[in-house]
Amino acid sequence: MNLLPILQPILNEVTQRFGNRLELLRISQLNEIYFEAKPELVAGFCGHLYKRWQARLVSVFADDARQDEGVFHLYYVYAVDAAHGFCILRVPVPPDDPKFPSLTTAVPAVNWQEREIQDWFGLKLVGHPNPRRCALHDDWPAIHPLRKDFDLRTELPPFTGERHKFQEVEGDGVFQVPVGPVHAGIIEPGHFLFSAAGEPVLYLQLRMFYVHKGTEKLFENMPIAHCVRLAESISGDSSFAHATAFCHAIERAAGVEAPPRARALRTICLELERVYNHVADIGAICTDVAFVTANMHAMRLRERVLRVNEQITGNRLLRGMACLGGVRFDLEAEHIKAVQHLLTEFRPDFESLVEVIRESSGVRDRFETTGVLKPQVARDLGIVGVAGRASGFNHDLRRDFPHAFYDQTQFTVPVFTEGDVQRRMVVRREEIFQSISIIQQVLEKLPSGAINVQLDQVLPGRTALGYVEGWPGEIFHWVRTATGNRLARCNIKDPSLQNWPALPEAILGNIIPDFPVVNKSFNFSYSGTDR
Amino acid sequence: MFEVLRKSLQTGVVTTSYPAGPPQVATRARGRPEIDWANWKDARPGAAVCPTGAISYEDSDGQRTARLDLGKCIFCGLCADVDKAIRMTNICECATRRRGDLVTGAQYSLKQDGMHDRLLSVPPAPLEALGQELHKRVSEILGRSLHIREVDAGSCNGCEIEIVGLTSPVYDLERFGIHFVASPRHADMLLVTGPVTRNMELALRKTYDAMPAPRLVVAVGACGCSGGIFGQNYATRGGIDSVLPVDVYIPGCPPNPHALLHGILIAIGRLPTKQQPGR
Repeated sequence: MNLLPILQPILNEVTQRFGNRLELLRISQLNEIYFEAKPELVAGFCGHLYKRWQARLVSVFADDARQDEGVFHLYYVYAVDAAHGFCILRVPVPPDDPKFPSLTTAVPAVNWQEREIQDWFGLKLVGHPNPRRCALHDDWPAIHPLRKDFDLRTELPPFTGERHKFQEVEGDGVFQVPVGPVHAGIIEPGHFLFSAAGEPVLYLQLRMFYVHKGTEKLFENMPIAHCVRLAESISGDSSFAHATAFCHAIERAAGVEAPPRARALRTICLELERVYNHVADIGAICTDVAFVTANMHAMRLRERVLRVNEQITGNRLLRGMACLGGVRFDLEAEHIKAVQHLLTEFRPDFESLVEVIRESSGVRDRFETTGVLKPQVARDLGIVGVAGRASGFNHDLRRDFPHAFYDQTQFTVPVFTEGDVQRRMVVRREEIFQSISIIQQVLEKLPSGAINVQLDQVLPGRTALGYVEGWPGEIFHWVRTATGNRLARCNIKDPSLQNWPALPEAILGNIIPDFPVVNKSFNFSYSGTDR
Repeated sequence: MFEVLRKSLQTGVVTTSYPAGPPQVATRARGRPEIDWANWKDARPGAAVCPTGAISYEDSDGQRTARLDLGKCIFCGLCADVDKAIRMTNICECATRRRGDLVTGAQYSLKQDGMHDRLLSVPPAPLEALGQELHKRVSEILGRSLHIREVDAGSCNGCEIEIVGLTSPVYDLERFGIHFVASPRHADMLLVTGPVTRNMELALRKTYDAMPAPRLVVAVGACGCSGGIFGQNYATRGGIDSVLPVDVYIPGCPPNPHALLHGILIAIGRLPTKQQPGR
């Protein structure tokens, strides 16, 4: 039962503070502390951890443990950045009284996650300001897909498209603009309802979960080795980050660690993923203010990265590279050379693209003070990743919870407080330069040795949290293992699920024609959210 | 302004010569898996590690029918890791007009220990014929203008990344007179990705209904062809052809821009010959 020494004071203080109302379940993997408490303590525990230890509530989910323990479990995952550790509160919910208290009024960041639990597990939310359906659309029958007695292959009646009742916005000259789910561009589906008076947006309502694919349920219906490939399909733009977060969770559950070379190669791939997505986003943001030339250069640069991805891993989106216990393909001398060559050529090319964008004052006019996400709002909503860092939310798992090879590299985390489109672009720009530097450092220190450890068997009944700072923000995978190398539960926390509520806040008061650029400056994943 | 011009001039032409030249893929790239059908000894290891069921087999009466379904394959190469008779090629041009053409199979007599014994029937020749046909038609295609509407019907956005890549200067779809359009009313072709989620089925049908005839539907990616790794479950319907009539299937996870281009060009070659009532 080892624990990071820095977490010990927290453990002592918390157990003392709550006495016998809080039970210490176990400590795993140095930085994961599990507690158990009754539902009554949820709010008190949350408030205390936040005020005393600046802990962030990063993930809330449920688990149907009725077969094994006769109850549902709720899990509240707190990240204590300063201590590099996680405090996880487990709360039993009896099946004969399936309800749980809402934290949303105090912690707006958990709004969608709580409603997902209500939809997927049939646990009733008590005290939620808007306890309507979220993850299952209105016309879905009364099913709770993540309950163990619900069969994955259940056939449901066809979708009728029953109209969702949106919040009404009334007044002189107020009109509604519905958009989606099929959008004009080549992007994912979601529905946006604008309420506007004249040009400025008064209110924006989101309707997501159009691409819900039953992913979490699928995880429970596959051998663990196949789940790695499924994790690659949670969100295509984060294929490697999600697969690595999943592998990380399984490795922690099994109590093994990927060898140093594997962690180094993972770091290289994670940063390549960041670079190709960031450069594409910068181009796309420029497109949305009609500066297409910049986008053409950005797409060309992205293509260069994608081709190197293919050279080193066999797939342009880095698919097939991740595996339990490490990575599947080693980087031979020629591959290392290819990566080095890419970095050498990419950097000046990208620098001059940055100059082209900077030089265009018209572009800057459109970016600055557009789509402002205020730091206070970002903090209330727990906005993570690029979007959070552009609004003063200074968090990065690479620095705060060093995984992979990040503890061996030096880098800075760009943080701004303005929170506009410009700053979100600048965060990406700076992160690209940092990524190039990180990859170079890793290549210089590239350890020799194995690229994976055998991980064929995972014992049942283990739980673990895997985490990775993907390009859009922090990704968490929490797993509970079952017999026969299978999973009893896999919860996926994509940063986009956390971040979508930022968009309606940032668009307030902006004009509808600026919506595309504001939306693109966030570029949240629909598939990662809906999964 | 000068910077913009200078950068463009400095960059020069970056557009691929494909389809006149070969696709530019890395040697390590994983494309279509190839099975040495004559010397394949056992379908079971490959089938066991395949996450999507692309490799499958059925045993009956001392015979085994083994199949490889490219429409389900995500080109992960795990089968090739465990079975020497399977090799990952870097061939990415796999698009076909019929779903059945993506499936190859062979029959074997079965041994006591579960291994194959003797090859009883040879699988049909792979997709070479289509490639030739494509080359024959490329010239006539070049003169034609095509408008595409893309619909994500549940994709993980991996396919979208590659489809967007088609509009980059490297692949430059517009050199074929092919454009992506914002409205289905302007479109000749529907390019659809994803395992058709329950929530997107209606939107997909409506988009299709809004298109003027004649219209083409191209299913993109393992999910679009067959449901892929998601298959059919409470939230997904499976491949695009479970909802719409599909003209061309483009396998891959995701198919790279060469493969997409290949599939789209195949689909256009078909346009003048197909005259079905009501389409």
